[in-house]
Amino acid sequence: MKGLARVDPGWVMLALALAGLLLLPDYLLLFSNLFVLGIFALSYDLLQGHAGIVSLGHAAFFGIGAFTAATLARHGLSEPLLGLAAATWLSGLVALVVTPVVVRGNDFTRLLVTLGIGFLVYEAANKARALTGGADGLSDFTVGPVAGLLAFDFLGRTAYVYTLTVLVAIYAMMRRLAASPFGLALRGIRENVRRMPAIGAPVRRHLAMAYTISGAIAGCAGALLVQTGSYASIDMLGFDRSADVMIMTTLGGTGSIPGVVLGAAGFGALKDYLSSVSPKYWQLGLGLVLMASVFIGRGGLAGAFESLRRKLGGER
Amino acid sequence: MSGLVSVIADGAAYGMLLLLFSIGLSVTLGLMRFINLAHGAFAMCGGYVATTLFNRAGLPFLLTLPCAFLATAAIGIVAERAVIRHVYRMSALQQVLFSIGLAFAASALATIIFGPQQQAMLLPDWLARQADVGGVRIGGYRLFLLASGIVAAAALLFLFNHTLFGARIRAAVDSRRTAEGIGIDVDRLFAVAFALGAGLAGLGGAMSVAFLGLDPTFPFKYLVIVLMVVAIGGPGSIGGSVAAALGLGVIDALFKYVVPEIGSFVIYALLVITMLLFPTGLAGRRA
Repeated sequence: MKGLARVDPGWVMLALALAGLLLLPDYLLLFSNLFVLGIFALSYDLLQGHAGIVSLGHAAFFGIGAFTAATLARHGLSEPLLGLAAATWLSGLVALVVTPVVVRGNDFTRLLVTLGIGFLVYEAANKARALTGGADGLSDFTVGPVAGLLAFDFLGRTAYVYTLTVLVAIYAMMRRLAASPFGLALRGIRENVRRMPAIGAPVRRHLAMAYTISGAIAGCAGALLVQTGSYASIDMLGFDRSADVMIMTTLGGTGSIPGVVLGAAGFGALKDYLSSVSPKYWQLGLGLVLMASVFIGRGGLAGAFESLRRKLGGER
Repeated sequence: MSGLVSVIADGAAYGMLLLLFSIGLSVTLGLMRFINLAHGAFAMCGGYVATTLFNRAGLPFLLTLPCAFLATAAIGIVAERAVIRHVYRMSALQQVLFSIGLAFAASALATIIFGPQQQAMLLPDWLARQADVGGVRIGGYRLFLLASGIVAAAALLFLFNHTLFGARIRAAVDSRRTAEGIGIDVDRLFAVAFALGAGLAGLGGAMSVAFLGLDPTFPFKYLVIVLMVVAIGGPGSIGGSVAAALGLGVIDALFKYVVPEIGSFVIYALLVITMLLFPTGLAGRRA
């Protein structure tokens, strides 16, 4: 039991994902969308779970990445890895630029500022029809084969492998980052922002770095979604998506890296299924679950697993 | 020129509605530090109460307004006592999640009960008519909104600045602990303030049906601008909210009229800039 507890849950999820490849070959595109959500949730968790910044406009970076990838592909630069790198870089840069605005004030002002920035970017994208296609979105581009070798296919096999590889890489990176002195400093800031300067930690610089990395990864997720779906639309940077990422991160378990990936995958799968069956009851159910989640089951899925593991350990 | 005047009148009428929507949020945020993203749901609820009474039960328009106020206030006080008061002590993130969940649920319930379509409200003749004010034609309903807004603002300012209830609220906003120390029952004060805020939002919602329309996305449609009124006015400050609501309503209408290309832009840019320069709002009470 103890040995099992030490295994990174990421391996279990990877095994499940690969089992999905064999057992559900018709749902590969759904799987790759879930992987993208996982990456997006990881990016948000760095802010909310590790640094304790609540943001209501994180989809802005997702969308910037998405449209960067789409724009490059439209202009003939169809190599996905290039698009991915450019999207990651550009959204990280935008995040860095807006950092001084975000990393100040209290929770409430920060909430409003991120909300405001999110809506600003959305309105800008809505108006810049030449660049973003406005409300119609963009679909007049083709994405070339990954690294010139793996062409995207109708079944979504390439999309599956491509997104899963990026997810695994980012998962591993976040694991390293969370355990690094920088990750620990972020947790310190979350727990007590006043005491951190007293031990000599540069709070603003740490937060700026966290925000930049988070924005970059969100952009990476956006680019992946566009490349695998060959479609970009402005609701990729809307408020709904910002709310979604906050919800799935929290339901998965803020601050737990495997938890948020699981939460994102679960949320994405449920939303995909239920919102097509009955959107209004999905919304009602989601609202009730959210309201209940602040009273029971704090810590989300990860918290539930943790207490289950403790109970099993206690019985032994 | 007359176009400009009527745009400003439009903006001011909109501002009055914003004031009603946001006053409850301002008080709950200032008093309980409760970030309530679902406050718009109370306005929506008032709207549905009014349209149902008006269209199905055939109540006269003016009578639907107090009904909307009372019904929403009643729902507000029940929700506050049963659930919401347990959320006050939670972190900002928990509050945001809870209230977004509440807004989702309310919006879904409205869709299930009333359907996703816009609700119509046919105004009585004396309100639908155009009025001639100093050579400028202004919709009668705009004037009605303006007049009731002024009455509401004056009543609120009086209530908060010149009555014992208002003094207690202000005391609790400034220091909850001291207020409790001198024997103010802050817990009960919370409940009353919450109900009042919900009721006013419901009243605003009822009055806004014929001006802004009403559908189940209402709680999210006006979420940002209502939060802006509170943030710019300074949570817990009534005078600040009045000024911010009027100002934002007029600025929004003006920019949408003068430079429609960037109209919706200005308001969000304004939010970010204000938050940078005045993190505690223009009125500057500590939140």
